[in-house]
Amino acid sequence: MDSSTENKKTPLNENHKKRGAKMVGFAGWEMPIQYTQLKDEHRCVRTHVGLFDVSHMGEIRIQGPQALATLQWLTTNDVAKLSAGQAQYSLLPNSTGGLVDDIIVYCLKEDSDYLVCVNASNKDKDFDWMIKNNKGAKITDESDQWGQIAVQGPKAHDLLKLIFNEALDSVKNFSVLNRKFTNSHGHLVDVIIATTGYTGERGAEIFVPWSETEDLWNTLLDKGQSLGVQPIGLGARDTLRTEMKYSLYGHEINDEINPYESGLGWAIKPDAKDFMGRSAILKGREQGLKRKLVGLKMLDKGIPRENYLLFSKNGEQTGWVTSGTHSPTLDTPIGIGYVSIADSEIGNEIFVDIRGRKVKAQVCKTPFIP
Amino acid sequence: MGYRIPEDNYYTKEHEWAQVDENIVTVGITEFAQNQLGEIVYVELPEEGQKVTQNQPFGVVESVKAVSDLYSPVSGTVIEVNNTLVDDPAPLNDDPMNDGWLIRIEMDTEKELAQLMRAGDYKKLIAEK
Repeated sequence: MDSSTENKKTPLNENHKKRGAKMVGFAGWEMPIQYTQLKDEHRCVRTHVGLFDVSHMGEIRIQGPQALATLQWLTTNDVAKLSAGQAQYSLLPNSTGGLVDDIIVYCLKEDSDYLVCVNASNKDKDFDWMIKNNKGAKITDESDQWGQIAVQGPKAHDLLKLIFNEALDSVKNFSVLNRKFTNSHGHLVDVIIATTGYTGERGAEIFVPWSETEDLWNTLLDKGQSLGVQPIGLGARDTLRTEMKYSLYGHEINDEINPYESGLGWAIKPDAKDFMGRSAILKGREQGLKRKLVGLKMLDKGIPRENYLLFSKNGEQTGWVTSGTHSPTLDTPIGIGYVSIADSEIGNEIFVDIRGRKVKAQVCKTPFIP
Repeated sequence: MGYRIPEDNYYTKEHEWAQVDENIVTVGITEFAQNQLGEIVYVELPEEGQKVTQNQPFGVVESVKAVSDLYSPVSGTVIEVNNTLVDDPAPLNDDPMNDGWLIRIEMDTEKELAQLMRAGDYKKLIAEK
């Protein structure tokens, strides 16, 4: 349970401990996994508003006249579609048909200035990969300059309004805004507000200078008291994203699985451009995809967990569970997993091997929650 | 944290409690264990008549975030199972020391009790956590 002393610390590390969070090592960082009870934190985000310290996420800046060309080559989605103030979910493919990471690209200035948010666990690998495959852009690792706070939940915009004095609820998802907040010393601090998230709720992710992160965090918790705001740990972050069937690198996606099999074809634009790994990814699709990522619900008792094997009705192994938990919202077990194409239709019955018992489950539609 | 740690019980390093009445041992998880796991949402228990072995898993509890094995404090035969928990684990969350008991074992030998912790040592163990 103890997190190693080598783990990096976000600017909120002491703050989490003071608030009684249970800290664990995650992706090389000491992070809060839980403050109170996972279920309560999960429900707080679904019904009110929760704050997440996501300062461990990496931020890589791509700038200069070749910024667009470089990103077009490095990513699968069409970056040319982005104007300043817009963001897109995208993938960082390798050359063999798998993924280096999944990312969000934030356009700060059309053609010449982008911020790329990457997974903490992949940051160094991503940065090296970008440098190695650079098409002439200025690529800078800004991860130690940016803290990041996610504000998520049906009351997220009420809270943001209290801080930024502006109604952001009419702003489209995947927008990027330059704004200022007044810190506790009365100084104005520049931040980037992105209307993105990883919970399925409305809200924003705020990029804030490292040294001002705690000030903004305390302000959000303080002003949000009447809205029922709570800090939320990584435990609930995982159950929230699982209920939405959002992919997590190392679980649903990795350096081997074709992203079309992961259901991420909507973020791949092979007709718009050439990109790293394009032919390998397309070849996988043309030769026929082997498997498909699906949602699972249990017909008999048991909770599907990561790496449990999945079996067809005829007894053959059809795949494996990539993520599974007891859904706090539905109060039932849910799972995400790969199954063969033949088993992937909604309603199809399969079996999960739970500690040697074959337990009946069914492919179901996702997201798991309405 | 004020966990109830009755003096009469025995305890395992894996946070089970054992209440001994002659050769019958009632087994559950401690309040500390319940608190660490968070709300338990699923329980898997052995059948009556099944043999269990000291320090070996006899069942499973699952919270939202994790699967945890249950370890038997003594060797013997399961003579009673709290099957109500399988349908509704609520008593295990609300009162793990009483209504949330898991199984009753007819133990093979009292000698194994010497390998378990008493309340004082168990208090020390969780104080270190």
